[in-house]
Amino acid sequence: MKIIDYSDRDHYKTQAFQTPFHERAAAFNQKHCWGRWKDYITANTYYDTATEYFAARNACSVFDLTPMTKHRISGPDALDFMNRLVTREVGKIKPGRVGYTVWCNDAGQVIDDGTIFHLEEGVYRLCSQEPQIDWLMTSAIGFDVDIVDETHDVAGLAFQGPTTCAVLKLMGLEGIENLTPFGIAKFDLDGFELTVSRTGYTGDLGYELWVAPEHALTLWDRLFEAGALHGIRPIGSEALEILRIEAGFILAGVDFLPANEAVRPGRTRSPYELGLGWLVHLDKPYFTGKRALIKEKENGSRYVFAKLNIEGNKPAHQSFIFDKRQKFAGTVTSAAWSPSAKVNIALATLEAPHGKPGDQLLAEIYYQRELKWSRVMAPCTVVEGVFWDPPRKRETPPPDF
Amino acid sequence: MTDQNKAPNAGKVVIIGAGHNGLVCAAYLAKAGFEVNILEARHEVGGAAASHEFAPGYRVSSTGHLLYRLDEQVIKDLDLASHGLEMAASDLPTVALGSEGRHLKIHDDRITGEDVSREDRNAFMAYRERMLRFARIISGLDDKIPPRIASGERADNIGLGRLAWSIRRLGKKDMREFLRIAGINIYDVLEERFENELLKGALSLDGVLGTHLGPRSNNSVFTALHRLGGSVNGKQGAVAIPRGGMGAVSEALVKAVEALGVSILTGAEVGHVEIENGKATGATLVTGEIMPADYVISCADPKTTFLKLIGPRQLDAGMVRKVSNVRQKGNAAKLHLALDGLPKFTGLEAAQAGHRLVVAPDLEYVERAFNHVKYGEHSAHPVMEITIPSVHDASLAPEGKHVLSAIVQYAPYGPGSDSAGFEAQVMETLARYAPGIREQVVASELLTPNHFEDRFGNIGGHWHHAELALDQFLMLRPVAGAAQYAAPVDGLYLCGAGCHPGGGVSGQAGRNVAQLISGLDK
Ligand SMILES: Cc1cc2nc3c(=O)[nH]c(=O)nc-3n(C[C@H](O)[C@H](O)[C@H](O)COP(=O)(O)OP(=O)(O)OC[C@H]3O[C@@H](n4cnc5c(N)ncnc54)[C@H](O)[C@@H]3O)c2cc1C
Repeated sequence: MKIIDYSDRDHYKTQAFQTPFHERAAAFNQKHCWGRWKDYITANTYYDTATEYFAARNACSVFDLTPMTKHRISGPDALDFMNRLVTREVGKIKPGRVGYTVWCNDAGQVIDDGTIFHLEEGVYRLCSQEPQIDWLMTSAIGFDVDIVDETHDVAGLAFQGPTTCAVLKLMGLEGIENLTPFGIAKFDLDGFELTVSRTGYTGDLGYELWVAPEHALTLWDRLFEAGALHGIRPIGSEALEILRIEAGFILAGVDFLPANEAVRPGRTRSPYELGLGWLVHLDKPYFTGKRALIKEKENGSRYVFAKLNIEGNKPAHQSFIFDKRQKFAGTVTSAAWSPSAKVNIALATLEAPHGKPGDQLLAEIYYQRELKWSRVMAPCTVVEGVFWDPPRKRETPPPDF
Repeated sequence: MTDQNKAPNAGKVVIIGAGHNGLVCAAYLAKAGFEVNILEARHEVGGAAASHEFAPGYRVSSTGHLLYRLDEQVIKDLDLASHGLEMAASDLPTVALGSEGRHLKIHDDRITGEDVSREDRNAFMAYRERMLRFARIISGLDDKIPPRIASGERADNIGLGRLAWSIRRLGKKDMREFLRIAGINIYDVLEERFENELLKGALSLDGVLGTHLGPRSNNSVFTALHRLGGSVNGKQGAVAIPRGGMGAVSEALVKAVEALGVSILTGAEVGHVEIENGKATGATLVTGEIMPADYVISCADPKTTFLKLIGPRQLDAGMVRKVSNVRQKGNAAKLHLALDGLPKFTGLEAAQAGHRLVVAPDLEYVERAFNHVKYGEHSAHPVMEITIPSVHDASLAPEGKHVLSAIVQYAPYGPGSDSAGFEAQVMETLARYAPGIREQVVASELLTPNHFEDRFGNIGGHWHHAELALDQFLMLRPVAGAAQYAAPVDGLYLCGAGCHPGGGVSGQAGRNVAQLISGLDK
């Protein structure tokens, strides 16, 4: 089953596609609360955000991530190509492993972040928020590589939460408990291939499950059958938003502007300015943006990415951040009340040199009570670690349930 | 031999390509105290500024045959006259060849010929004066490093300010006219002013020679202005023939650089630029030999320099895309004829045979000639710029014999480039004006852009290495981010026709980059 059949001359009449899981997802989606994600409609929420959030933190959650952009890169120069494309050393990502990375334009500004799946020797899958085919084709000039957009050829579910490993074992994935974080394993499920990676966007124990679209419904059914007594629930993008902010993960278009979409100068961010300097390997051969990043390292960055712990319980959505002398210091890009950490958290982009761990700042928060708007200047502290970081995220085998 | 006066040890320079720009660059750097080595792939030096013997005893300029842009400061600074550069003819008039011998002669701001009205004559005087003035705005930047836009640097702002001021200084009326026509097509501009078809055709040729443009293409006014920016013996807009052909410029330059202690290695094709930690450290020959240097300067065209010598793997992907998109497919071919006597052009006095003769009978003709090349075919009825240099320089042909050198457009670059079929058509066109010429031909040769690419190593075989157009000029030449002569690799510079201020035998790019580097060194 191809999701998109380009030979269908009427394809343009379809405004948005349904993912191969749609039939099942729709049955759960009591509120018919759908949203648009790239070419697809996906659930914003199925029940209510809190229920879904707690499923992910206390049991297990299923999120349909089929719309995520996926490109397959292979050919004799695949490794060299990947290394020239992204900031980190791809040679260190062995076959069967996944690595998180960013890639930049010539000016060292982040185009997108994503994950590299080293599927088999010399064959990579790049997963990203934004479509990248144009940039990949540009980057391919002078390289012997094949690049295929396989977004619509691979269906995916993010399966996240403490009971996930137990459920996958029940589903018959033998040895799944031995899969280490960022590992990839393949299984036979009812005669078709299921690829499992121990990856996710929630900062917790979890997996991502990948199948050909025609097997999507079988996967869904088998998963929900196995997870019935382990609190399995589908979750939508609203719950995921809280989960990823707790985990400190940035989102393209929200926490940074993809460099290829920026029109105004100064709106983009470098990896250093997104707290991702650890992904920049200046000691590897040339990659796009390297010269600019070396220069930035010498001259200093303009911005600092910060995680904020804000006093009170009013989420600091889109807040301006000030220093103690009430001078502008930056803005919040993502904010949430963290139900697990029980703190009011935010991700922010601050003007350097603000943003050192321990810095005391003020968040200007507007809030409404019974249609009356008020404002607080809530003290906040720049924190170093992420807000949610359970040991089970790293443990192999993970604790059983 | 080294110059005693020069500062010792300014640094070691390797120049890739002994094109005339590379030679000029070498000379200035050697004068400034640098140790300069030139690596040239061919066995001859001078690049496209060359002469060659195409039949026993017959020599011609291999590509360009008229000198109109060679920078007079370069001639002076490098003392090229004392190194043997001499003009066989300077300030040549143009003859627009008409049918049945009804030609027009154009010299300075004067037109002679039967069919041209007094209105056209007057209009031409005003046109010529204005075009020369407008051309000076563009040529005023020839010896400058192109300013960058929005860099925030003082030098760039001054450069942009100077450009704006030179336009503003024209006065309101001329400024408006300059801004109106500088980017548009010469067809419209000529149609606005003149009635005589032959005159318009001949003038339009100046806007399309050496480019992938027809008279109706935007930018063709700009190209004409670029051509008019140079001067010969202090006279702006003049054209000259060097004694010995264009190769003589290179020969004089070689003498100049050798006197300054520059070493030239021929048959030395560079495979790639050595890059260590983002800095150019030398050039590696295809044989594997590494020539270390503090500065590496490439005289090759932009695509060769970026995509072959540096290579995509050492460059940002966006830069590679920009360079890949540089338009540099040549359309100018060269016809060389060895003739057993002076050809007889209908209605042309023998004394005029040494002028610049152009075949561009009307605007439609030129535009139609261009049409073919858009589809990868050569023109059925080509346009031509003809010189018979042996009229001025007896050394080019055996006694009593002559050589004809003609730039012929349009020839496609690439697979459509069948020079045999094209040559027949070119000869047919020529015979329309000089009916007996075919019988006089002792030997002939037609070189297409593909030949130039093979011979001179510039991808596309383009006159200017990269198309000369407003979107590939000044701070956009060859591409933004490399338009200040510095490649995006430390220690690596460009000096060929593909950089500011473009091609033609001028030496300006070579001079500018040398001055940039010797300025850095101070
Ligand atoms: C058909 C035609 C007609 C023209 N007519 C005129 C005219 O009438 N008047 C005029 O002024 N101009 C004319 N020109 C333009 C003029 O000839 C050129 O713009 C000019 O010669 C370019 O000089 P350059 O030094 O920048 O580059 P080039 O002369 O192209 O020199 C580049 C040199 O680099 C060398 N090189 C390249 N790659 C390597 C490598 N890897 N290793 C070592 N060496 C390398 C090449 O062999 C070459 O010698 C004409 C051009 C053409 C094609």
